[in-house]
Amino acid sequence: MRSTLTDPATTAITLTEHAPELRHHFDDAPQQLESSTLGMWVFLVTEIMFFGGMFGSYMVYRNLYPEAFASASHSMNLFIGAINTGVLIFSSFTMVLAVRSAQLGQKKALIVFLILTLILGCVFLGLKATEYHDKWVEHHIPGPGFQYADARYFHQAQILFFLYFAMTGMHAIHMIVGAGLLITLIVMAARNRFSVAWYTPVEIIGLYWHFVDIVWIFLFPLLYLIGNTK
Amino acid sequence: MSHPIVSVKTYATVFFALLVLTITTVAVSKLDLGEYNFVAAMTIAVVKGTLVVAFFMDVRRASSMTKLFVAAGLFWLAILLVFLLSDYLSRGWLPAGHWL
Repeated sequence: MRSTLTDPATTAITLTEHAPELRHHFDDAPQQLESSTLGMWVFLVTEIMFFGGMFGSYMVYRNLYPEAFASASHSMNLFIGAINTGVLIFSSFTMVLAVRSAQLGQKKALIVFLILTLILGCVFLGLKATEYHDKWVEHHIPGPGFQYADARYFHQAQILFFLYFAMTGMHAIHMIVGAGLLITLIVMAARNRFSVAWYTPVEIIGLYWHFVDIVWIFLFPLLYLIGNTK
Repeated sequence: MSHPIVSVKTYATVFFALLVLTITTVAVSKLDLGEYNFVAAMTIAVVKGTLVVAFFMDVRRASSMTKLFVAAGLFWLAILLVFLLSDYLSRGWLPAGHWL
C-alpha cells in the first residue's frame, strides 16, 4: 500500500511489507479469509431467518389442514422434484471442486467447474419453469382461476399451492442471483484475478450456493413427499 | 488456506451419500408410517443438511467464532418454530368458556 507520508523514516516505521492480496488492516491472509467467511455466515444467518418465516407459515397451515396438504402435495410432480434435488446436489459437488481448484491454483479446472455449476443451476431452473407451466395448465395457481379436483379441499389446497410458489419462487430467485454470481466468478477467473494466495470470492459464493442447496433439501420433502402414501 | 486441501474422494463420498439419502427419502415416503413419515423425512433432510454444512461449507474445520454464528442462527430458527408451534398446538387445550 502506498503511503502519503513524506518523511521516509516515519514511513519505514509505520508500514510493514505485506503481500499485495493482503489488505493492510489484517494481520495475515488466514485472518483476512476468516473475516470474509464470518461476514458471509452473518448474511446466511439472516437468510435462515428469512426462509424460516416461510417454513414457520408452512408449519402452521400444515398443522391446521393436514389432509388438504397431503392431497395437494400428491399432485406435485415427484419425478421432476427428485431429479432437481439430484441436479442441485451435483451442482454443490461441482462448486466444491471449483473451490478446491482455486485452492490448488488450477485456473482451467476452476473455470470448467464453475461453468458446470452454472449449467446445472440452469438445468434446475429450466425444470422448475416446466413445473410452473404444468401448474398453470392444471389451474393449480392460487387465485380466481384456481381449480381443484377434490371440492372438499378447494380453499385449503390453495394455501399449499401459495406456499409452494412463494417458497420455490424465492428459492428460484436465489438460484438466479447465484447464477449471476457464478458468471462474475467465471469472468474474474478468466482475467486471472484469483491466485493460490487469494480466491476469497470463490469460497464465499460457494457458501451461498451450498446454502441455497440446503434450502431445497428441506423444501423437497415438505412440498413433494407428504401425500405419497395416499 | 490454513487447512490442508480436502481430497476429491472425500467430496465424492459426501456427494454419493447425499444422492443415496435422496433416494432413501423418496422410498420411505412411499411407505405408510403414519406420523413417522414426517419424522423420517425431516431426519433425512437434517442429515443431508448437516453433511453439506460440515463438508461442502467446511464448517467442521471453521473457526470457533464461525461455528458459534452458525449455531446461533439455528438456535434462533428453533425459537421461531418452537414458540410458533407451542402456540398453535396448545390452542383449545383449556376449556374456553370456563377459563375466559
